[in-house]
Amino acid sequence: MNWSFQPDRPIYVQLIERIKLLIVSGAYPAGSRLPSVRDMASEASVNPNTLQKALSELEREGLVYTQRTSGRFVTEDENMIKQVKKELAIEQIELVTKKLIEMGFSKEEMLALIESRIKEMK
Amino acid sequence: MMAILQCSNLEKTFGYKKALSGVNLSFEKGRIVGLLGPNGSGKSTFIKLCNGLITPTNGTIIIDGKAPGIETKAIVSYLPEQTYLNDWMKVSDIFNFFDDFYADFDIARAREMLSSLGIGEKERLKTLSKGTKEKVQLILVMARQAKLYLLDEPIGGVDPAARDYILSTIIKNYNQDATVVISTHLISDIERVLDDVVFLKNGEVVLLSTVDDIREGKGKSVDALFREVFKC
Repeated sequence: MNWSFQPDRPIYVQLIERIKLLIVSGAYPAGSRLPSVRDMASEASVNPNTLQKALSELEREGLVYTQRTSGRFVTEDENMIKQVKKELAIEQIELVTKKLIEMGFSKEEMLALIESRIKEMK
Repeated sequence: MMAILQCSNLEKTFGYKKALSGVNLSFEKGRIVGLLGPNGSGKSTFIKLCNGLITPTNGTIIIDGKAPGIETKAIVSYLPEQTYLNDWMKVSDIFNFFDDFYADFDIARAREMLSSLGIGEKERLKTLSKGTKEKVQLILVMARQAKLYLLDEPIGGVDPAARDYILSTIIKNYNQDATVVISTHLISDIERVLDDVVFLKNGEVVLLSTVDDIREGKGKSVDALFREVFKC
């Protein structure tokens, strides 16, 4: 898998987002051991120092932690993961609603449209 | 952080032509550095100076505490722009040659890379395509456990799949004690692998920054910035 990045933002910021996504989606489950920096950097084909920087930031946020001898793990705190998942969802919703408002939709129209669309998806 | 390579006031002239002037650079351990500039900006001159293939007109270069010479060659792994290997040799001959010559050459690793690229050890260089020869040369360079890798245009002559392989080899080979300097003008391919970038223009350093600082501060990729700085 080759991860793609937007050209106008720092790569480490995009790595943080990407890894968060992998955690909330369950690809990296709660409490599981993360691949080594080398393996992850190689998979994402990014600079290992950049990846290290992203992981340090996630560590600071508490989403991952390091066990000195055995590597880096996803937090066991499922509530925290849920919270992050919610934050990511809100970010996406805000992006969409902002666009729709620009297009001239009212709140009611937006809700109705989203609801009908979700029903159609099933 | 200790610098593996440090140069101050480096200048090189060829006759009346200034190839490099007033170059002050310091590369730290554990960094992957892109030496970027258009054709004729002085990239290869800089790398040749670091290898002691040519001598500075003025200024100094210090590699791991020493001037370029026999001792630095033992810790510097250099990928030249052009191939220097003898055409009549087999890949296995060259592997043995490097194994004899460099104490830090890991022949097992070289064989592993060779087979992952599907190149036979018994093949003669003469029978290999230009791109395949470049791959063999890169294997020789990356199979050394050097402190400083100087790669002059490693991705210029190979296809995109081989380019990916080269970049992933550089990442897999990453070591906190080693520094990798890559000269190229193919920036978009290589940007995500770099820590720092140096822009060379007409023999002078016009920019020295980390990739993320450029993206954060200017809101654009290194590739976009390069196109702006070197607009023709």
